[in-house]
This record gives sequence, structure tokens and C-alpha cells, in this order.
Amino acid sequence: MRSLWLTAVLAAVSALVAAAPPAKVYQVVIDNLAFGPAPAVVHVGDTVRWVNDDLFLHSATASDHSFDLTLQPKGSGGVVMKRAGVISYICRYHPGMKGQIVVRK
Amino acid sequence: MFRKLSIAAALAAASVGVAFAQPAAAPPNDAQIAHIAYTAGVIDIAAANQALQKSTNPQVRAFAEEMVRDHKAVNDKALALVQQLHVTPQDNPTSQALTAAANQKLAADASLTGHAYDVAYVENEVAYHKTVNGALASTLIPDAQNAQLKALLQTGLKLFQMHQAHAEQLAASLK
Repeated sequence: MRSLWLTAVLAAVSALVAAAPPAKVYQVVIDNLAFGPAPAVVHVGDTVRWVNDDLFLHSATASDHSFDLTLQPKGSGGVVMKRAGVISYICRYHPGMKGQIVVRK
Repeated sequence: MFRKLSIAAALAAASVGVAFAQPAAAPPNDAQIAHIAYTAGVIDIAAANQALQKSTNPQVRAFAEEMVRDHKAVNDKALALVQQLHVTPQDNPTSQALTAAANQKLAADASLTGHAYDVAYVENEVAYHKTVNGALASTLIPDAQNAQLKALLQTGLKLFQMHQAHAEQLAASLK
């Protein structure tokens, strides 16, 4: 009886896993006053994490206001991408620093 | 000779308009270059601290805070580098002239208030960063011998160019 119940639970869990692929975490490294390359493919639900390897305080500030992370020198911060689209972002302290994330469904 | 003329010209173009003698000597050595770069940062931090005392404009204050933070970060790195290289920064006529001109500017701006002060501070930030960037690109970076010092000066140039652009945006918004 118990083994039947377990089988049912396992089946349900594996169905869920199959329906929603696990969310991934991607990194963008900031160095020498520039955002590093963006991940090629980001899906809704994935996390983008900025790692500030620079000497200076930076931010990752989305032009559509969907995120605004303050990134201490040698610090990091991440955000879950909630909708598909092209998101442009800058450093609000050094507006010459620009980046872009393409999020797919 | 050309390089000597170009740094003299760049520095003479400073908004403060103070002419100073540049002795016809050899190009600056690394100890002098480190001193000039450090001094340039100290001057901008002093100007920003004056702005934080005097200005009530949130954008001007945010810019001044950025100047304090960024120039301190570069200068801390420069200090760590000269210690690592066992180099003692060497005072020189360029550093002295920069400091004298900056002190005059601080004294002149001390009597200004409100919008007039904000405009004077931000316009001088545009001119000052332009001058320092010119000196970095034409003289200090090419003359630096040590690769790590040269790399730090290049980072400084990239940063100060962003500061110049930011100051230009801010100056336009104050008009």
C-alpha cells in the first residue's frame, strides 16, 4: 500500500519536473567599467546575477524599471526575469556603461 | 619637447586659468606621475566635499557623492600600488600648480550660493575632468614606465571620461 502511494507521488513529481524545466542562474561579470557579455539565452523564471569585480560602486538599472540593483565593489546581486522581452540596462552611476538581456518565454 | 608643451597647454587650459611655470625638464618619472594622478583625485574630492556642504540640489549632491566614492577608490588603489612597488610619490611643479589653482577655485566658489554655486561647481567639473583627461592621454599614460601604473592610469582615464560625460549631462540640466 505504502509503495503504491510512493509511486504515485514520484510520478506526480516527475510530471511536474517535466512540465517546468528547472530555472537557471546566469552571471554577468562587471570589470573595468563595463558589463561583461550577456547570457545567450535567458528564459522567464531564470535568474541573472551581476558580479561586480570592479573597484567602483555600480548598479544594474533596467530602463523599464523592472530591476534596479546596487552592486558594491566585489559584491553581487541577482534578479528573476519575470517577462519576455529585450531589457536594456545601465549603471546609474556611470551611464556610459550599458547592457542588454534578451528574455524568452 | 612636444609632450612637455602639450601637458603645459592642457593644464593651462584649466578653467581656473592660472598659468604656472613648467620647467623645461625631462618628462615626469613614475614617482611624479603617481603624485600628479593622486593629487588630481584629492582635488576633485575636496571640490565634491565643498559641494556636499553647500548644495541642496539632489542631482548635484549625488554627483558629488559619486566623485568622492570613485576618486577615493582609485586613490586607494594607487596608494596600494606605490607601496607594493616601493615607490614614494614625488611632489613636483605640476602637482603644486594643480593644488594652488584648485585652492583658488574653492575660495572663489565659497562665496557663491544656491543655483549659482551648483552651476559653478558642475561647469568646473566638466572643465577639470577634460583637463585631467587630456593630461592623462597625452602625457601621463604615455610617459608611465611601470605596466601596473600605466594600467591604473588607463582605468582612471576611462572612469574620468565617464565623470566628464556625467558632468556635461548635469551641466546641461542646470541651464
